Amino acid sequence: MTDFHLAQVNVGRILAPLDTPALADFVARLPEINALADRSPGFVWRLVDDDGADSTSLRPDGQDDMLLINCSVWTSIEALKDYAYRSEHLRVLTRRREWFEKLADHHLALWWVPAGHRPTPAEAMERIAVLREEGPSAYAFTFHDPYPAPGPHAGATAQ
Amino acid sequence: MTSDDEDGVFESVGALSDRVRRALYRHVVASPDPVGRDAAAEAAGISRSLAAFHLDKLVEAGLLAVTYQRLSGRTGPGAGRPAKLYRRAENEHTVSLPPRTYGSVGRLLAAVVDAAGLDRELQSAARSAGAAEGEALAGALDPVAALRSRGYEPYWEERTLRLNNCPFHALADEFPALVCGMNLALIEGLLPGCAGGQDWTAVMDPPPHGCCVALKSKTNNR
Repeated sequence: MTDFHLAQVNVGRILAPLDTPALADFVARLPEINALADRSPGFVWRLVDDDGADSTSLRPDGQDDMLLINCSVWTSIEALKDYAYRSEHLRVLTRRREWFEKLADHHLALWWVPAGHRPTPAEAMERIAVLREEGPSAYAFTFHDPYPAPGPHAGATAQ
Repeated sequence: MTSDDEDGVFESVGALSDRVRRALYRHVVASPDPVGRDAAAEAAGISRSLAAFHLDKLVEAGLLAVTYQRLSGRTGPGAGRPAKLYRRAENEHTVSLPPRTYGSVGRLLAAVVDAAGLDRELQSAARSAGAAEGEALAGALDPVAALRSRGYEPYWEERTLRLNNCPFHALADEFPALVCGMNLALIEGLLPGCAGGQDWTAVMDPPPHGCCVALKSKTNNR
């Protein structure tokens, strides 16, 4: 029996380079917010760059120096939601427009992966591209339109 | 809304026309934990059997829900029957005469504000609106009373004031970054106008249920 975990990717265009005063608060909050994720119930894995602390040095679009990627894996939609919206992370989220542009299209995608799978940035960006192109489906969906995990547990994670 | 739906809402809300029932209802919904019959009866100043009668009427009306729990903490044989406890039912009831649907307008506006990325503009407007409300209070209410009067249902958890109800629940659930940021700004704006409000700070510290904002008073000696 294969278990499935929830993969999440979101991208954001910073309003200024990370080493400028405009982004200083965001950069300062990152260690504690990432540490909070790491110890949150249901956390499995998150993408990090060669420094190993976070993914802020990765640029998933080679043409865009300002586009950051955040990618992680969780045991369930509820676990990710609890971290994103029912923790100190919410405070950072409410300040998003101080640091990030509002993107015209989907900036977040969710999909199910076999337990143990670690999505690559390219794979994650492709999910966002498909979500933007075709709208929510089991291949790439959103919190607003969740899809259940495949397999024998289908339905257990449906909302 | 069909006339059947409307009748259902009227019947639910009509269950609160009784003064004793209102007292029981308010006591139960203000508590972060489910409430037993004895505690509810004592709060309303009535007998246990009368409280049980009215509490069950509120359950029938869909305003309260029932859970069973052993209050003693004992388990196994001899622990006794689990106590019948009451908490607020999950569903929302809205009565507007004549019919007004501000909820759907709020949802539409929130979607547009969210899509336009106007978080900071909304927070600034909320802070001003909170400050205007605070000025109107002119120190007549302390923060606990002011938040209670706005439907937040404050309760103490040790030295932290928590808010059992989110007045913007459905919108906060759908647009958390936008609406929770607005709510924090609103409360921060409101505090200075409350009696002793200068000594309070509001922070975002979401518990599993209820409002995401918690408050602390520098002078609170609880």
